[in-house]
Amino acid sequence: MADSFILDQLKKSQIIELLKDGKRLDGRSFDESRELSIDVNVIPKAEGSARARLGDTEVVAGVKIQPERPFPDTGDQGMLICTAEILPIAHPNVETGPPQPPVVELARVTDRGIRESHMLDMKQLVLEKDKSVIGIFCDNAVTDHDGNLFDACSYATTAAINSCKIPKFEMKDDQPVKIENEFNEPPITTLPVSVTMGKIGDFIIVDPNLDEWSILDARITITTNSDGNVVALQKGGSDGFTQDELIKCAEISVKVGSKIREIIKKNSSV
Amino acid sequence: MGGRDTDIVLLDKNGIRSDGRKINETRKVTIKAGVLRNAQGSAYIEFGDNKILVGVYGPRDVHPKHMSDTNTGILRCRYHMSPFSVGERKNPAPSRREVEISKVIQEALLPAVILKKFPRTAVDVYMEVLQADGGTRCAALTGASVALADAGIPMRDLVAGCAAGKAADTLILDVNNEEDQAGQADLPIGYMPNLEKITLLQLDGILNPEEFKKCIEIGIDGCKQVYEIQKKSLQEKYFTGDNN
Repeated sequence: MADSFILDQLKKSQIIELLKDGKRLDGRSFDESRELSIDVNVIPKAEGSARARLGDTEVVAGVKIQPERPFPDTGDQGMLICTAEILPIAHPNVETGPPQPPVVELARVTDRGIRESHMLDMKQLVLEKDKSVIGIFCDNAVTDHDGNLFDACSYATTAAINSCKIPKFEMKDDQPVKIENEFNEPPITTLPVSVTMGKIGDFIIVDPNLDEWSILDARITITTNSDGNVVALQKGGSDGFTQDELIKCAEISVKVGSKIREIIKKNSSV
Repeated sequence: MGGRDTDIVLLDKNGIRSDGRKINETRKVTIKAGVLRNAQGSAYIEFGDNKILVGVYGPRDVHPKHMSDTNTGILRCRYHMSPFSVGERKNPAPSRREVEISKVIQEALLPAVILKKFPRTAVDVYMEVLQADGGTRCAALTGASVALADAGIPMRDLVAGCAAGKAADTLILDVNNEEDQAGQADLPIGYMPNLEKITLLQLDGILNPEEFKKCIEIGIDGCKQVYEIQKKSLQEKYFTGDNN
C-alpha cells in the first residue's frame, strides 16, 4: 500500500471535495450502484454458474453439487457452503497463500447472506435422512477487483444458485448413485441481494468503487430477501455508524436491492 | 439463525425465557479489571455463562516489522476459543469464524483507541474464551475495552457489547446460546455510549425493517447497561478497590 499512499491522499481530498458538492468521482449519485451485468451458465461443467460484472469488478461463481454425509445435528437438511477467493489476476496487490482475514470475511459474509435468507429449502435436499444429503457448493472467484467485492460475490452466488440444475440421485445399497441426464429444479424460496454502503466522513455512498473503497472510514453490507426483510448484515472499517445512519442504510439497501434483484431474476431465470 | 426444531421452550406464556430472564433483561455481567500480572492491562468478564479473559500488551515493538506504521500505532486483536470452552472439543487451531470475529472486534475497537501518539508500535489485544455460551463476541469486546483502559491506552470512549435478537417471534435482549441456536435472529452490537456510535454490527437471521429498527434500539439499551458495569469495574480497581 505504501507506494500508493500519496496518490490515495490526493484522491481522498478530491473525492471528499466532490462529495461536499453531492458528486462522486465517476459521476454516480450517492445511492446509485454501478451497472450490473449477469451471465449465467458460463461454465457448462458446473451444475450452475454465473459471471457478475459490477462496474469493473468481476466475479465468476460456480456451483458444484454432490451427495454428502450430513452434519450430525442437521441430518434432515441438505448442505450449503459458499466460499470466495480473490485470484492473483484480479489486482497487483493480491498475494497467493493462505487467505488473509479480509478474504475470510468476504467468504463468510457471502455465505451468510445466502444461508440466513434460506434461499434454498434445505429440507428438500435430503436423499436419506441422517445418511446422505445433497451438498451445494458455490465457489466465487474474483477475477477483476474494482472495489465492493461483497456485492459482486453476492450477486454472482445468487444468480449461480438460482440457475443451477440439481442432478437426480437414487440410493443403491445405501450409496447415492447419480442418474445421468436427469435434473431437478433447485428449491428456491427467495433471492437474497446484498447492498454495501461506504461511509466517508458523514457521507454514505452505495457500491463504492476501488478509489472510494481505499479511503472508506467504515462500511456496511446489508442483505435483504425478496420480501424486503433484512436477513444478514456486516459492519466493517475503522469508524462507527449512528443509529439514524443505520436506519437510513437499511432503507437504501431495500430500495437498491429490489432493483438489483430484478436484474438478477431477469438474467438467471431459466 | 435457522429456527432449528427443538424441544426447548424459548419463551413461556408469562414471557419468561428458558434461563428465567425477561425479554428485555441481560444476563448477569461481572467484570474485574487488572487480573493478569504480566499484561499492561487485563480484564476478566463473565457474561452469563461466558467466561473470557482479556490481556493487552503494548504499545510495543511490532513483529513482523513490515506491519508497523510510521504514522500511528496499530491495533491487533486475537479472539480465540479454548478447546474445552464448548460442548464438543474445539480444534485449538484458529478457525475461519475466529479469524472473522478477531477482525470485527478489531474494527469495533479502532474508533475508540487513540494510537497516533505511538507510531511504529503495536497494541495487542488477546481475548481467550474459556467458556462459551452464546454472545462471546460481544462479551469479548466488552472485556477488551476494559482491558485497554486498564492498560492506560488513550481512548475516546469504552465500547460496550450486547446482542439483541428474535426468538419465539419476540424481540429479545442479550441472546444466549440456546436462543442463538433455535431463535430467528441474532444482532450483536458494539456501541460507544458517549459518542453514540455503533462500531460492531452483524446480523444472522430475518428481521423486517420495523423489527430491525426496534432491535437496534433494544441492543443499544443493553449496551448502555453493560457500559455502567464496565465503568464500575474500572472504578473498583482505581478508586475504591483493595489496591488503593
